[in-house]
Amino acid sequence: MSHLSERPEKPVVGLPLPHESAVLHVTGAALYTDDLVHRTKDVLHAYPVQVMKAHGRITALRTAPALAVPGVVRVLTAADVPGVNDAGMKHDEPLFPDEVMFHGHAVAWVLGETLEAARLGAAAVEVELEELPSVITLEEAIAAESFHGARPVMVTGDVEAGFADSAHVFTGELQFSDQEHFYLETHAALAYLDESEQVFVQSSTQHPSETQEIVAHVLGLHSHEVTVQCLRMGGGFGGKEMQPHGFAAVAALGAKLTGRPVRVRLNRTQDLTMSGKRHGFHAAWRIGFDAEGRVQALDATLTADGGWSLDLSEPVVARALCHIDNTYWIPHARVAGRVARTNKVSNTAFRGFGGPQGMLVIEDIMGRCAPLLGLDPTELRERNFYRRGQTTPYGQPVVQPERITAVWDRVKENAGLAERRREIAAFNAAHPHTKRALALTGLKFGISFNLTAFNQAGALVLIYKDGSVLINHGGTEMGQGLHTKMLQVAATTLGVPLHKVRLAPTRTDKVPNTSATAASAGADLNGAAVKNACEQLRARLLGVAATRLGANPSDVRIVEGVARVLGGDGELAWDDLVRTAYFQRVQLSAAGFYRTEGLHWDAGTFHGSPFKYFSHGAAAAEVEVDGFTGAYRLRRVDIVHDVGDSLSPMIDIGQVEGGFVQGAGWLTLEDLRWDTGTGPNRGRLLTQAASTYKLPSFSEMPEEFHVTLLENAAEEGAVYGSKAVGEPPLMLAFSVREALREAVAAFGPGGIAVELASPATPEAVYWAIEAVRRAGDGAAGDGAVAAGSGGGGTVPAGAKALSGA
Amino acid sequence: MVAPRITVNGTATPIAPAEPHTTVLDFLRERGLTGTKEGCAEGECGACAVLVARPGVHKPTDWVAVNACLVPAAALDGQEIVTSEGLATAGEPGTPPVLHPVQEEMAVRGGSQCGYCTPGFVCSMAAEYYRPDRCPRGASGTEGSGGGHGRDAGDGTRHADAEHGPNGFDLHALSGNLCRCTGYRPIRDAAFAVGTPPDEDPLARRREQAPPAPVATAYTRGESAFLRRDTLADTLRLLRERPDAVVVAGSTDWGVEVNIRARRARCVVAVDRLPELRELHVTSGHVEIGAALTLTEIERRLDGSVPLLAELFPQFASRLIRNGATLGGNLGTGSPIGDSPPVLLALEASVVLADADGEREVPLAEYFTGYRRSVRRPDELIRAVRVPLPLSPLTAFHKIAKRRFDDISSVAVAFALDVEDGIVRKARIGLGGVAATPIRALTTEAALEGRPWTARTAEAAATLLRAEGTPLDDHRASAAYRSAMLGRSLVKLYARTTEAVSS
Repeated sequence: MSHLSERPEKPVVGLPLPHESAVLHVTGAALYTDDLVHRTKDVLHAYPVQVMKAHGRITALRTAPALAVPGVVRVLTAADVPGVNDAGMKHDEPLFPDEVMFHGHAVAWVLGETLEAARLGAAAVEVELEELPSVITLEEAIAAESFHGARPVMVTGDVEAGFADSAHVFTGELQFSDQEHFYLETHAALAYLDESEQVFVQSSTQHPSETQEIVAHVLGLHSHEVTVQCLRMGGGFGGKEMQPHGFAAVAALGAKLTGRPVRVRLNRTQDLTMSGKRHGFHAAWRIGFDAEGRVQALDATLTADGGWSLDLSEPVVARALCHIDNTYWIPHARVAGRVARTNKVSNTAFRGFGGPQGMLVIEDIMGRCAPLLGLDPTELRERNFYRRGQTTPYGQPVVQPERITAVWDRVKENAGLAERRREIAAFNAAHPHTKRALALTGLKFGISFNLTAFNQAGALVLIYKDGSVLINHGGTEMGQGLHTKMLQVAATTLGVPLHKVRLAPTRTDKVPNTSATAASAGADLNGAAVKNACEQLRARLLGVAATRLGANPSDVRIVEGVARVLGGDGELAWDDLVRTAYFQRVQLSAAGFYRTEGLHWDAGTFHGSPFKYFSHGAAAAEVEVDGFTGAYRLRRVDIVHDVGDSLSPMIDIGQVEGGFVQGAGWLTLEDLRWDTGTGPNRGRLLTQAASTYKLPSFSEMPEEFHVTLLENAAEEGAVYGSKAVGEPPLMLAFSVREALREAVAAFGPGGIAVELASPATPEAVYWAIEAVRRAGDGAAGDGAVAAGSGGGGTVPAGAKALSGA
Repeated sequence: MVAPRITVNGTATPIAPAEPHTTVLDFLRERGLTGTKEGCAEGECGACAVLVARPGVHKPTDWVAVNACLVPAAALDGQEIVTSEGLATAGEPGTPPVLHPVQEEMAVRGGSQCGYCTPGFVCSMAAEYYRPDRCPRGASGTEGSGGGHGRDAGDGTRHADAEHGPNGFDLHALSGNLCRCTGYRPIRDAAFAVGTPPDEDPLARRREQAPPAPVATAYTRGESAFLRRDTLADTLRLLRERPDAVVVAGSTDWGVEVNIRARRARCVVAVDRLPELRELHVTSGHVEIGAALTLTEIERRLDGSVPLLAELFPQFASRLIRNGATLGGNLGTGSPIGDSPPVLLALEASVVLADADGEREVPLAEYFTGYRRSVRRPDELIRAVRVPLPLSPLTAFHKIAKRRFDDISSVAVAFALDVEDGIVRKARIGLGGVAATPIRALTTEAALEGRPWTARTAEAAATLLRAEGTPLDDHRASAAYRSAMLGRSLVKLYARTTEAVSS
């Protein structure tokens, strides 16, 4: 067992603990960025001037009418920027643009004594626009060849030879929806200056170091003149990885220019219309199977809707390509990726970061092709699972293929698969208007940032004379329980009870140059850094204890706050040990650091081993579909998920459940609609409120929900044998979509490839049922395809089946 | 005269200097009570839920959870509210607070992740915790009459199911609260774990006392005013003087206009506590429902005696909204996608309109005149809704929406049929979401009446029903789906009734 993964005696990691802020959450005492406004004097409120056109060049911007509104203090425009007028890392996101790039683009910000004054001021700003043609949909972008950024191609084997060897070749397309993060706390920042004009920004950000960097370059300052703090976030999900920077910069610029604290808080409408979302994709594919249903070759092109600027679209596409294999070995593949440039918000990171999009393509292929191959979809999936010695299409060996089958077999058992399938068959035979189905899907998700440099982290651990411990690390808390885990890691490494350890809010002046809390890697990276700092301190304290107890330091253990010699009876309590160390002038603070070893990646050849390890899981979902309406219920879900040996089981189960339901929301319910017509509102987000954009509520949670963590699953390469958990469970929700597909099929005669729009809303399910019924009424045979017309602007999937190529 | 004030967590708090349009949410936050959060500002997410002491259904006072983002602070003049901060009992200095039982269950069971929605969940959960008729399921003969949607076990008893806990907790109490982190399972576990309030619980004891009386309010800042009169007569005189007044009860619609569309009114008149609008009578000829009773009050007081209404309520928005929304409001705004009009049309209801000179009764079928327009004059108030008796025995409400809890209908269909000796004697069908106003499906009704209630009749009438109205394409549904659902609803009704007979 590796040094990093080994657990000491009586570890605090592994205990099921509630969230470290749970008491503050339930009493309303927990503070979020915008709660600070009411504790700060003389705050100015910022309000955006949004231009409601999809594309156009600004020919005039008149701020004088705004300044005439009582209570308006200042209007921020490009002319006010002392540094670089850009809010992104790619220098393609002007903070104050001269070209409106999407419907709702903010071109100026008004500062007012009250939010009401700022709002009225923003409404008074006059903007003249020379309208330009716009690209809204992915189809329009593809037709116009409107792309930006890298165009990676992932190649393995010999694709044409693979197709030549295939007994069955199918082609198809799939277009699927984007998704709004809908963190309950919208974007917020509060900036003020100290006596030497240094800028302090409270920001709801997953990436404080990058927020600091952008604020500094907008203001023309160095990073050491800007401090960013994130107390906690009311949800992030990737939506606060890149998107907060500009809002923080506006607040900082306002503070710089007025000398007063400035608050930016987007209301829900602004957040929905101004911030980026999960990328919707278009996929065109050709796949070859041998006579037994094993994939021989895949040729696919994935086009992501990047929106107006690049943001994180390139790494999102890279991760999509790296996950199109999911748990299946594809010997010959050619998969191309590209980013469409459209006049919409700039799409960004969202839990899974392209992984779900890549996997959706292959899971959709499996679900559609199984009936054409005459195979049960579960059987088809199993036949294609990775086996020992096989590598991914990008060249990384799959070293634990047995984990794929371990979780799969466990979930079959937990779900009582065989018996319930019999019950479902009996139910379906007895109910012409209602059908049930139970489907299984699995997952393999690579852990680490694709960009190797991001796989580093720092921590600062302080021990005070009274024995209390304060830890700082580079990760941010957005509800995922990272801070809870870090407290457990520190207590475990130091050998002290949990109550001895406190955690300070994330600040850039404690740990510099941090990576985003993203890629599910927050606990892996920061945990290892916290552990490293604590190990340095422990080593120093062991030396002190050894002298005191008359032993060799290597024979001393600190367990539950007491230092003891192996086999001896002398002991030294933690507080005494710390006090002794202080008087001996032993340093009681340490900076920890961690870099993930063994990673390499060549983005040019799209080849390497970018991931430290893979996360695994499997889910079995049962749905019931009403044939009259297409409405459905999620009756039961069983999940077995591999988090290694869990650092904090209650936290991890919470991540699995929450990720699953969020994924089910994306795939079945959440329905972003844009005005794609040619009228005056072209490009407008139609679903720009909680009343029109529906997230899962209590009615969408599985009626029975059983989540089990895989046991004895220690991961050698990660802190205390744990594995990452944040993103992967979202992809377990493919089981819901596949169950819906199978339930739809049950309304027809069988042997039909069911096409299902994504999201599979009740309407989409209804049209798919109608298609299956039509196909059943006609001469359905092998290779029939039932295409559910999405209706209401959704693009039908439109697959063609070419058998026996 | 006492300056307008609200008792917040036991402390009288002046409403000034808030504006008349300032919401309870902003009022609280500006006073440092930042536990109450804004998630959507339109009553959809529940992050702003707080408890309000209101006239009770089974006890003198109920603790009712409402969306603080929708209610103007001035509307709660003289009232008592409790926030998440007020539920915990402060400990000795330097010690943590003693958590309220619902807070405790939420905390220890992992009911919070990011914590932002949590105070709202805690308040919604506390309201259900204090519902007097909530009691454990399965206990013989002690079933509560409040929630009303327990699945019938066939032997007449209700027991725990996916939406009802063994402690009688009705999950619909949380239907107006959204969580983006947990996937809800631990929140459900917490809800289903809470016990019965102990006798010494101060909020439980508060239920035994009279609710805070309504207070005549004239809260004016600059040119805008929030006004509440004591009596219907005074209110009607006021409306005659101020034809520009916006009338609010629960403010669940007006609050959205203020927050999302930045509408500001010079004069808002509250009618939600007028005694004349809060009565519920059953006579031999009709049920008369006061226009300012909340949907929750109607639901609990009718207790299933009008089955079509009982089927409507759980599908009407969320518990948080139903705790404020009224039939008067739903008919007053005249939205073509309101959920009560199709049901009330099928029930052949009428509205009683009152003005300073008297009353008139208008059949609902003649009430709507166009998109959000009706025969009601600005100086008239809806005083009550009358549902004639006897009720048709075969009724159903089919709401088509993306989400089962708290969504807006893409189309809604209500049926009320008399089937005698296998013949449809009378058919009333109300439709929402298919025209500029809610409408009756008159062609379909005519095609059903006098015909045998058979699959053939249902199919033939379904073809006509598909063609009723002029549904549109929008972000909720396509026109084709809306039309299809009209027809399907009748076929489904037939299938369901005949399945029920055969089983």
